[in-house]
Amino acid sequence: MADVATVVLTGIGLFFFLAGTAGLMRFPDTFSRLHALTKADNLGLGFIALGVAFQAATWREVALLALIWALALLAAGTVSQLVARAALGEEETR
Amino acid sequence: MTLWLSFVAAGVLASLAGALWRVWRGPRRADRMMGAQLVGTGGVAVLMLLAPLGSWAALDVALVLALLAALAAVGFVKATSPDGAGDPEEEEETPRRKADG
Repeated sequence: MADVATVVLTGIGLFFFLAGTAGLMRFPDTFSRLHALTKADNLGLGFIALGVAFQAATWREVALLALIWALALLAAGTVSQLVARAALGEEETR
Repeated sequence: MTLWLSFVAAGVLASLAGALWRVWRGPRRADRMMGAQLVGTGGVAVLMLLAPLGSWAALDVALVLALLAALAAVGFVKATSPDGAGDPEEEEETPRRKADG
């Protein structure tokens, strides 16, 4: 049962990762790319962490996975704000 | 199960390749920084996936990599605007060094 959950959840995580990367490559404007990037970061990583948590033997790994995902959430949120502000000042070059 | 986890890890590495393409092509510095940040997050994801295959110590490495990816972006922001605040309202008084496109 745990293996099925892992397969399904990591599959969803991979889907979001690829969707985020496709968005990062395809979107026309810097800020829309930033939008796609944070999706890949938060959702893709979150589902992969959830999927791998089912494989964890002890509770330490599950706690560590949750910690990594929480850090990634915070980091992605603040970093995209900072990068967007840094990019705001530069001249609009395609 | 190991086959599936390795397959998903390979998929995430493919998304890393997309991020590197963005780093190479990105017209502006912010795009390149975004690509670098996705490489960091992709690395964390791969480490997480390989943890059950190899040793669970990879999770600690993933934690450190997630932290370093965030600090790299902070370094980038500090480089573009001297005081690093990057606050558009406050930019008027201090004319910022024109960052190259």
